[in-house]
Amino acid sequence: MMHDAHALPMDDTATGLDTRKLAIWTFIGSECLFFASLISTYLVYRGKSLVGPFPHDSWTSPSGEHFEPILEIPLVTVGTALLLFSSFFVVMALAGAQRGDRKALLTWLGLTIVCGAFFVGMQVYEFYHFVHKGLGYTTNLFGSTFYTLTGFHGTHVTIGVIWLVTLWILAARGKLPPEKALNLEIAALYWHFVDVVWIVIFPVVYLMR
Amino acid sequence: MATTAVEHADVTAAHSSEPTGLWSWVTTVDHKRIGIMYGVTAFFFFLLGGVEALLMRWQLGAPDQTFLSPEAYNQLFTMHGTTMIFLGVMPLSAMFFNFMIPLQIGARDVAFPRLNAFSYWVFLIGGLVLNASFLLNAAPNAGWFGYANLTSKEFSPGLNIDFWVIGLQILGIASLAAAVNFFVTIMNLRCKGMRMMRMPMFVWMSFITQMLLMLAFPVITVALIFLMVDRYFGTSFYVPAGGGDPILWQHLFWIFGHPEVYILILPAFGIVSEILPVFSRKPLFGYAAMVFSGSFIAFLGFGVWSHHMFATGMGPIADTVFGLTTMLIAIPTGVKIFNWLGTIWRGSLRLTTAMYFALGFIAMFVIGGLSGVMHSVPPADLQQTDTYFVVAHFHYVLFGGTVLAFLGGAYYWFPKLFGRMLDERIGKVHFWLTFISMNLTFFPMHFLGLNGMPRRVYTYPEGLGFELWNRVETIGSLLLGVSFLVFIYNMLKAWRAKVPAPADPWEGATLEWSIPSPPQEFNFPETPTVYSRDPLWEHRRAHGPLPEPQRVSGAEIHLPNPSYWPLVTAIGIGVFFLGFLFGVTLPVILAGGALTAVGIYAWAFEPPH
Repeated sequence: MMHDAHALPMDDTATGLDTRKLAIWTFIGSECLFFASLISTYLVYRGKSLVGPFPHDSWTSPSGEHFEPILEIPLVTVGTALLLFSSFFVVMALAGAQRGDRKALLTWLGLTIVCGAFFVGMQVYEFYHFVHKGLGYTTNLFGSTFYTLTGFHGTHVTIGVIWLVTLWILAARGKLPPEKALNLEIAALYWHFVDVVWIVIFPVVYLMR
Repeated sequence: MATTAVEHADVTAAHSSEPTGLWSWVTTVDHKRIGIMYGVTAFFFFLLGGVEALLMRWQLGAPDQTFLSPEAYNQLFTMHGTTMIFLGVMPLSAMFFNFMIPLQIGARDVAFPRLNAFSYWVFLIGGLVLNASFLLNAAPNAGWFGYANLTSKEFSPGLNIDFWVIGLQILGIASLAAAVNFFVTIMNLRCKGMRMMRMPMFVWMSFITQMLLMLAFPVITVALIFLMVDRYFGTSFYVPAGGGDPILWQHLFWIFGHPEVYILILPAFGIVSEILPVFSRKPLFGYAAMVFSGSFIAFLGFGVWSHHMFATGMGPIADTVFGLTTMLIAIPTGVKIFNWLGTIWRGSLRLTTAMYFALGFIAMFVIGGLSGVMHSVPPADLQQTDTYFVVAHFHYVLFGGTVLAFLGGAYYWFPKLFGRMLDERIGKVHFWLTFISMNLTFFPMHFLGLNGMPRRVYTYPEGLGFELWNRVETIGSLLLGVSFLVFIYNMLKAWRAKVPAPADPWEGATLEWSIPSPPQEFNFPETPTVYSRDPLWEHRRAHGPLPEPQRVSGAEIHLPNPSYWPLVTAIGIGVFFLGFLFGVTLPVILAGGALTAVGIYAWAFEPPH
């Protein structure tokens, strides 16, 4: 896809839209239904856990074991903010790529990657921490729906980070000239999408009581 | 596009003669070859599904038979449904999409030729995984809809359901990749002058089908993920003991499953809408109404899923809403039927085999449609749920509808695919045999169902009045099997006769008939320009018939290079999912993931020459 001699020559497409860009938009449309199903299930099963620990309330088990509320908003707020900023950074990186400013491209893209990596790291820490606090994957419906939903989102972010790192390496080796900025634009579209999904997940999971 | 293609003159003469040999098929990215591969594979699976059905019919031919054990019967009806839908009809649609969409829109290939090959390989692997279950005597056995909590580890401890889940997940990837590809192909690769409202109706219906695929498949992917983690990790998404609700599965499954039935029928609508005008020598009646009714059917298709769930007791409001939306779908469907009738009305009919099948389609689909509307009435549906009446209904729409249309499409487009004509006389024998035997097989199911014969039960006792019609159905199904032998004989005969088909044997209206049969690798030496919906008829009216197109060298035409990375990536995905099959096996999963990653990177960085 980076240099696609396999694609047909299609300088003038029937819609005027680039074919690869149309494909990523189409794919994103499909992904919307994927996350919609996960988020709906989370909502359907909200408050249906038979046992604790619970997201927002403390719980004492029949055997007297005490569990604090699981969710901790401050850390994930920082992660959310960084993910949102990264959407801005990737726009700046794309602007750099389009005008052939390699230094701007590498800097902004590097910042995007750092933010994405921090978000994934935050999630790994969060999962580890929650398990430590007594919320396993099979503990209750909250655990199952929470880890499935945020886990699949985290997987998407991870794939995005790998994709952007690949493009960063290409850019560093001078293989992302302005005429190939579309390669970054497509990755950026995916990145924005992953970001937008989190904008839904964050309030639904962490803020809504 | 024509000019840009010709400018790429730096390609070797290798393209002037088509490569042959096994390797050329393994690495092919040519939409026509991939279409043929889809067709051959899917037809094989289709026959397999047919044999499964015949075994069940043999068992039901008389009361209290022990030809099949209940366990074997469960596996057969599950695999029959799963095979026919996911390995038979959908990939047969994919064959028509692959072969006909680029030709009908005047393109040289699909938008992403390697992704197209990838879709095929993933489909093949998914089909093989699903059927490999027979080797371990552990074929899926919980019905094609796999209702929770029958599929839970508690009630289905064996590998049966694992094969089903893993097979369907793999097949879902193939469908999604193909859907994105064809959606973009239709949007972007239309030739000059082919505005959306000039596209052939088959392309329109395919276009709508791709949208349904893209929006419906993620939902079943998620439903299957929940089932996987329930089974492999012990979560409780569908397990009441852990607070879960088995009905969640039904909602997710049917939010996918109802659009799925339109995924199965819309391409058939498209094929019939191609055949009827050509053999009535009249343009399609009500083109715009056809487009909008198809779109409306697809849109409503996402709002009717719960009519599959009336028996779960959703309450009067949900029952009413879903009953009404379901009835509403009858309106655009009726519009289509009347438009087909309007097309043949006062036409100058040519009763070819393709036309026979298309006309048979209309009649049979109306029967299936009418019993479908009956199901939209919740009290009536409660009587019919889980009886043979439902089996009668969906076989009239799926066999009487989709399969008859596909057979019509086969007779119509066979000359274009293979450059040979099918025998019309044998074709008519084939049609009448199919038509009579399908009615013998499926019509009595209405009576049996209303008399209370339950579906998915391996036998029935004597004296309930089920004997006669079951005997008739079994005889009908055997004849139906024979009808497919006639079809295969006809194809083999055409293949061996080596009588070349002309470019345009039917005086067709659409672009595929303007090029030699079979088309050359590059399809169109010069990409065409169209000025109307029926470009060839337009030309015929203005300048008389087109001269027989000549084969040209095409050495200067730039075509996508062959590649084996789609196959490597597909194998990687197969290995990844196999890592879940026999319990979670991390090394296998990681190896599969690594191979997939290698495949994707090699694919992305594959050198141009």
